[in-house]
Amino acid sequence: MTRSLKKNPFVANHLLKKIERLNTKAEKEIIITWSRASTIIPTMIGHTIAIHNGKEHLPIYITDGMVGHKLGEFAPTINFRGYAKNDNKSRR
Amino acid sequence: MSYISGTRLVDDKQVRIASTKIYGIGPKKAIQVRYRLGISGNIKIKELTKYQINQIEQMIGQDHVVHWQLKRGERADIERLISISCYRGIRHQAGLPLRGQRTHTNAKTCRKRIRK
Repeated sequence: MTRSLKKNPFVANHLLKKIERLNTKAEKEIIITWSRASTIIPTMIGHTIAIHNGKEHLPIYITDGMVGHKLGEFAPTINFRGYAKNDNKSRR
Repeated sequence: MSYISGTRLVDDKQVRIASTKIYGIGPKKAIQVRYRLGISGNIKIKELTKYQINQIEQMIGQDHVVHWQLKRGERADIERLISISCYRGIRHQAGLPLRGQRTHTNAKTCRKRIRK
């Protein structure tokens, strides 16, 4: 179910403040954040945001195609490299 | 056999039933098209006049996205998700469920698509 339009998209306050500060200064620097649930809004375009994946911060450059998605969608929390293969074949 | 916007339709079926054969026209849209043209529910495809068939074709062409246009649209949506490399795009590429379903077992539907 989608969020009510009345409430506007959710963005964590501390993240919003940081972005506004950078926008007024017209500077670019990597913003470190733990807030994976924040929505990407048009003011974030062009910034690089380092999103926490539970272990480290992955720097992601925000483009205009990403608007409307959540930050967490771009920093995968699991790193699945396939199942361990049995060595039976090589032994034979 | 009669053709409506490139699809062969079964002759002795009601218009509502037969037009669901068109890719992109489901039961609901079929009723909508029939209702807006004022075609009776009992009329079958073979009883339609040339004029009515043309009208149906025109209406579908105007208001509904069907066939390859619809498929291309779907493909473009997926391509967009992959290009911004969000979670859903990654899962599309891996051929795994997108919406948090279990993958320990099952997850057959989405894996089927990759095999084709």
